[in-house]
Amino acid sequence: MTGTSARGTGNADSDHARHLLRQMLRVRRLEEQCVELYSAAKIRGFLHVYIGEEAVAAGVMSTLAPDDAVVATYREHGHALLRGVPAGAILAEMYGHVEGCCRGRGGSMHLFDAGTRFYGGNAIVAGGLPLAVGLALADKMSGRSRVTVCFFGEGAVAEGAFHESLNLAALWQLPVLFCCENNLYAMGTALARSESQTDIALKAAGYEIASWSADGMDVIAVEEAARRAVDAVRAGGGPHFLELRTYRFRAHSMFDPERYRDKAEVSRWMERDPIDTLRTALEAAGQLSAKDWKSIQQDVDTEVDAAVEFAEAGTPEPLEDLTRFVYSERSPE
Amino acid sequence: MKTTYREAMRAAIRDAIQRDERVFLMGEDVGAYGGCFAVSLGLFEEFGPERIRDTPLSEAGFVGAGIGAALGGMRPIVEIMTVNFSLLALDQLVNNAATLLHMSGGQFNVPLVIRMTTGAGRQLGAQHSHSLEGWLAHIPGLRILTPATLEDARGMLWTALQDPDPVLIFEHGTLYNVAGDLADDAGPVDISTAAVRRPGADISLITYGGTLPAVLDAATQLAGEGIDAEVLDLRVLRPLDDAAVLGSVAKTHRAVVVDEGWRSGSISAELSARITENAFFDLDAPVGRVCSAEVPLPYAKHLELAALPTTERIVAAAREAVGARG
Repeated sequence: MTGTSARGTGNADSDHARHLLRQMLRVRRLEEQCVELYSAAKIRGFLHVYIGEEAVAAGVMSTLAPDDAVVATYREHGHALLRGVPAGAILAEMYGHVEGCCRGRGGSMHLFDAGTRFYGGNAIVAGGLPLAVGLALADKMSGRSRVTVCFFGEGAVAEGAFHESLNLAALWQLPVLFCCENNLYAMGTALARSESQTDIALKAAGYEIASWSADGMDVIAVEEAARRAVDAVRAGGGPHFLELRTYRFRAHSMFDPERYRDKAEVSRWMERDPIDTLRTALEAAGQLSAKDWKSIQQDVDTEVDAAVEFAEAGTPEPLEDLTRFVYSERSPE
Repeated sequence: MKTTYREAMRAAIRDAIQRDERVFLMGEDVGAYGGCFAVSLGLFEEFGPERIRDTPLSEAGFVGAGIGAALGGMRPIVEIMTVNFSLLALDQLVNNAATLLHMSGGQFNVPLVIRMTTGAGRQLGAQHSHSLEGWLAHIPGLRILTPATLEDARGMLWTALQDPDPVLIFEHGTLYNVAGDLADDAGPVDISTAAVRRPGADISLITYGGTLPAVLDAATQLAGEGIDAEVLDLRVLRPLDDAAVLGSVAKTHRAVVVDEGWRSGSISAELSARITENAFFDLDAPVGRVCSAEVPLPYAKHLELAALPTTERIVAAAREAVGARG
């Protein structure tokens, strides 16, 4: 682990750096709100927050075009938000309301949005990887230059679907970017207790996939790596693989008593909070005034407050619609 | 024209690929090898490796990729060599293909067709002989087809490809060599109704897929004994054509369900329950069932045969039902 550094600003212009800061803060505040709403029993089910890992979604998502596709896991609120799903639709989904992005049928773990090509919301570890391969296959067969980005945790590396997917993507040279969010724990199982090879980028390279790792606590570093990879994928360079080394500050889910890691370790990582890191670096470089920061915070708070209001005002799906969407409403001719 | 079930299926795939540029076939050995059961023989040469796409031995990977390709606007036909191997892809089938539409609140259709062989009778032992279509018929969100005739082998695929939802087609391994006449202009058929293959008045023999020939033989034999059996081919295991089943039972007042799956928790159990729930007062006898013995299917020919629903066992079950005069 390195300490906070001025590297946070990199060569990105200050407007863009402030934009990234704002994006990370949007995820953070939305999820802090989710935790509160969960404690207030407004949100139920499993709730997995991304707090601490915001630099990954913010850095990668900012490199994508509107018609690219994103596949994510059950810890996907931030991915959905930064892909363009409105905060209100995300929160309403967790409320189980019809105004939610999946009409309340998905919940926290299954956010989907056709408009932004956001394909979940997959709660089976590694289950989304084959889907990403297929989405990329469709693009390649149709001659489109779109990119499919697939997020998954390092726990997915132990699943067969991970290996089958990397092999297929490389064999067929498909336009997919695999983004491994390595937060070191698969639920409560530390990487070293579940993998014989803990260098995940190295493992991916074994499939003849261009692979590298980046500091997942540094949004500028993530963005640089992602841009390089996305550009290469889009240019026909075949699949790419990023291992983004990050850490979740909170428990795996709201039910997790977190007996598997000590508080000192968590504190050490919290010193590298991606939001504080970038903010401090920007302030030190004279690129973020106290006024700027306050204005960002106010904007984000306004957005999240409005989202809560939207979700609160939502309505439950009528019971007579229970069996809708099991089969399509258009039958074969 | 003279054709076989295998050739009819191949003609259906060729036709689909020619009709729609989004259609492609993907699976293990479908290309250079010509298909493990020779269904796709020659198509690789005809259409090339993009559209007759060989996959590695990785069912979860290529079934999931089929789902992703369907989401991405293609119309994939995925071949799984046998239903036994589909268990390696069960996660993708159940947790993704069948659920994405519902979980996404109606946003994401999965217009995917998966073909696989099923069934015993070729001395292939337990890991290549099971009939698990009833398991998959348990899953809401999937449509389950069981073509038993040349017409259905030729016609179900194209209709299935028009379905916005995932469709699984089960081809019984003993049917591939069945030969017969198929109309030159045979084309798409419906994929929602059952079909009466032999009308009759005394008892309904309800079956599907690989056991249809044995049931038809049984009906012929029963006719010689003065028992006029109606043979109902379900064709579709999900959603079941309740109206056809109940209509037949209302006419004959007796039913025997013939299913190569195991009796416990099978599609025949579901049919028996539905008949009892909805047509109890039409019945003159308990609903009978002829299923496979509850063993992993053995290799030895005499043991395998003893485990399966044979013509003799079907005839015996029908006689018993008719003998139980109400």
